[in-house]
Amino acid sequence: MPELNTSSLPDLIFSILFFFMIVTSMREVELKVEFKTPAGTELEKLERKSLVSNIYIGKPTREFRAKLGTQSRIQLNDKFADVSHIREYIQDERASLAERDKPFMKVSIKGDKDTQMGIITDVKMELRKAWALSIVYSAAQR
Amino acid sequence: MAKGKRKVPGLNGSSMADISFIMLIFFLVTTSMDTDRGLHVRLPNPPDENIEQDPPKIRKRNSLIVNVNMHGQVMVTQGEKAGIEVQISELRQLAKDFIENREDRMDYPEKHAVELPAPFGVQMITDKHVISLQTDRAVAYDIYFQVSNELYGAYNELRDELARRTFGYGYKECNEDQQLAIRQYYKCMISEAEPRSYGPQQ
Repeated sequence: MPELNTSSLPDLIFSILFFFMIVTSMREVELKVEFKTPAGTELEKLERKSLVSNIYIGKPTREFRAKLGTQSRIQLNDKFADVSHIREYIQDERASLAERDKPFMKVSIKGDKDTQMGIITDVKMELRKAWALSIVYSAAQR
Repeated sequence: MAKGKRKVPGLNGSSMADISFIMLIFFLVTTSMDTDRGLHVRLPNPPDENIEQDPPKIRKRNSLIVNVNMHGQVMVTQGEKAGIEVQISELRQLAKDFIENREDRMDYPEKHAVELPAPFGVQMITDKHVISLQTDRAVAYDIYFQVSNELYGAYNELRDELARRTFGYGYKECNEDQQLAIRQYYKCMISEAEPRSYGPQQ
């Protein structure tokens, strides 16, 4: 029986590899809150990820629960934060953008379904004060 | 010694597949396809603390108040009518009827002649209507999101219908100028009042 010629196998694997290398995006922050986003129908894609700053709101993960309880918390970058830190965070994020991209900055609120509106509203109020007016409620397609 | 007969040994490339396999598996595991979607919302400008502002006067017939209480019940008050409790699924049709006011009813928002970009020209539209969304602070974010989803959905459906009527294809297929014109025809007028807390908070 003639042997199967496998010399093209590496090329094949390489092309799949490149595909995944391009589409991959490393998770940039370690999540310290758990959230399950709501499901909606009127969703649009977030086009340029570099313009998006994330605000995570949800219950602390299990390891932090002993210290912080199960009330919803806000996470900015890598650490827990208070509502009053948001303005500073937005200013930092805005400063890191190129000048021509600044008007297109978006803030994505990744909130847990069961979070009370109180926190979300406080966050929104701070975002308004920081002039970050274009926001996205992150959600899953229904 | 016959020089011409010496053969250059070929590089053994059989392990290449294994190496790239390992890298492939690594990227397969770390990858998370870009599926970040969300409801896009524009917040109003921050309130100016220096100037004491009276809230803008809105005629009763132009306003639709959507009120979500702490139990997640939705109450809709339109114009002079008494508030009614509705299901979230009914909200979209209600909002559509309100925004469009197709029959030019007296109890729905008043229509004004407004100059719009081509191809619309001067049209009678309900440019003064306001949908006001009031949520209790204790409501779950999910309910607020579902309500907003329906309200924005009402605008999206109206815009899509208008696009199909005028251009023969959906709003998403329109070019930028057409979308801009349609957006001015049905301008999004959802205002979110500061949530009040009525009941005891957790």
